[in-house]
Amino acid sequence: MATDVYAGTLAAGEPAAKVTRPSRTRSRRPRPTSGAALYRPWWTPWLWVAPAIIVIGVFGVFPFLNTIVLSFTDARPLGGGGDWVGLDNYSRMVADPAFWLAVRNSVLYAVVAVPLLVVLPLMLAQLVYKKVPAIGFFRTAFYAPVVASMVAVALVWQNLVSENGPVNTALMQVGIIHSPIPFLSDTTLLLLTAVALTVWKGLGWYMIFYLSALASVPKDLYEAASLDGAGTFRQFVHVTVPGVRLTMLLVGIMSGIGSLRVFTEIYILGGATGGVGGQARTLPFYIRDVALDPISGNVGYGAAISVALFVLTIGLAVASHKLGSKEED
Amino acid sequence: MTWWRTHGRTRALVTRYVLLLVVLAISVGPLLWQFFSSLKGPQDALYGSSATFFPANPTFAAYQTVFEQVPMGMYIRNSLIMCLLTVFSQVVFPTLAGYMLSRQGWRGRGVFYWVLIISMMFPFESIMVSLYTQITDLGLDDSFIGVWLPGAIAAVNVLITRAAFSAVPNEVEDAAMLDGAGEVRRFWKIYLPAARGAMVVVVINSFIAAWDDFLWPFIVLRSEELYTLSLGLSRLASSSLSYDPRVTMAGSIIAIVPILVLFVALQRYFFKGVESGAVK
Repeated sequence: MATDVYAGTLAAGEPAAKVTRPSRTRSRRPRPTSGAALYRPWWTPWLWVAPAIIVIGVFGVFPFLNTIVLSFTDARPLGGGGDWVGLDNYSRMVADPAFWLAVRNSVLYAVVAVPLLVVLPLMLAQLVYKKVPAIGFFRTAFYAPVVASMVAVALVWQNLVSENGPVNTALMQVGIIHSPIPFLSDTTLLLLTAVALTVWKGLGWYMIFYLSALASVPKDLYEAASLDGAGTFRQFVHVTVPGVRLTMLLVGIMSGIGSLRVFTEIYILGGATGGVGGQARTLPFYIRDVALDPISGNVGYGAAISVALFVLTIGLAVASHKLGSKEED
Repeated sequence: MTWWRTHGRTRALVTRYVLLLVVLAISVGPLLWQFFSSLKGPQDALYGSSATFFPANPTFAAYQTVFEQVPMGMYIRNSLIMCLLTVFSQVVFPTLAGYMLSRQGWRGRGVFYWVLIISMMFPFESIMVSLYTQITDLGLDDSFIGVWLPGAIAAVNVLITRAAFSAVPNEVEDAAMLDGAGEVRRFWKIYLPAARGAMVVVVINSFIAAWDDFLWPFIVLRSEELYTLSLGLSRLASSSLSYDPRVTMAGSIIAIVPILVLFVALQRYFFKGVESGAVK
């Protein structure tokens, strides 16, 4: 889940979170700091931003309001329906075991993937930070899984962990196991395999964030720590981690949101049903199954689940922010 | 052993390279395994204890088969069309908007800024139901435009280019104005060259995103002649067409190689753009 064409959404794949606010947006009469603004008619700027504001407004902001409205209706795909049904979709959702299973799977996904994606890329960044010979080659190679398409690498993994694939073969040759591990047919193992795939593909992406964060950790802190007799591990815990804490928070939020968005990994590894009997479906997977089938789809109900997904996403972002600011004290 | 103990720096360097090689095996190993397996002939074992990493009888037969069994060329063409459309719109329009957002002193700038920020709060998967009804209402389902339009302009790219334009000092703009350069000329001659690094990042990111995208085209496209490579691959893998796994392997390698080549060719600019703060 490195990048995604919907770069406008707050995805795992986006450097979205750190932006500086333009100054003076609130002042009633913007005072230009440059002479150019004085000679610009009021409508010129709008001409420049028009395409962006139209597309982002219509396909970035409006859909959210529309989703909320749809969740109170019985709309169908390809038109039809659309009558107000009050809270029916929500009461159905609360009583729907398949919905709760999807929530559980998505939350489990995040709980396993986030710690790994916060810590491993930091260690990786630490490893490639120092400019030793051929480091450019290693950095580029570590980034390769990020740029490879998800469907293609999911197919690679499917082969790797299949019943007689190299992973099972190697484990059996070493003698750790006697029969193949059912990585793809057992629901829990399927989810964990998908998490491993997400982590493997995300390592390089988050490494980049840590690389630019490491540049701001003062070098003399490492020297001081090493003079005090701190080894590599203690330097990592006591110098590196505090130095990049804000980036860890950012990576935590991004990878958490990314985990809640998982669809392709499960679809390729677990098949079109989403694991045996749909047991491994994540929330996006369930939304698609519910809402977007042209014949049996239920847009209203799918919209209600979408609202739940949004609430979960915001909840996760707020929770990590709380957690992060608590550590500040 | 005494040498090992006394040469701390060498030891650290050796450890570092060993670790680098281990990570290299983890990150690139699976891709190489898939590649070499796709080159195996029918007589080379793919799985099991008798399978070797390198093919004993390398052959491109699986590649030939995959082109025969599914319209691979068509999938590739469709993916390229999607990528070009997306890269074009993601470079042109966010750059124009990012430039204006970096200019101060116009009314509505704050509003525009907040529209961008708010739009980034919604994960695509939580609005895709609405997007699908919108696209259907516009009569754009099962079309390239329907796949392209919702993701044609990303707020994040506006912010990335804005950051690059903001780095140009105001004095440069004022001086150009005194020389009689109009807005468009200033944008073209002064600002655009200054934002080149950020634009390379935008190009790479949006190309990869469009090439990689699966869920949204999967929802919008139904006709096979519009399938992108990702959709075609997933169809190939799930159908009984590829009884021989080598064929699916060849297909996935075909999907991975062009994007890797593009990235390796541009990685110098990419990492430079990253270091200059375009991605933070």
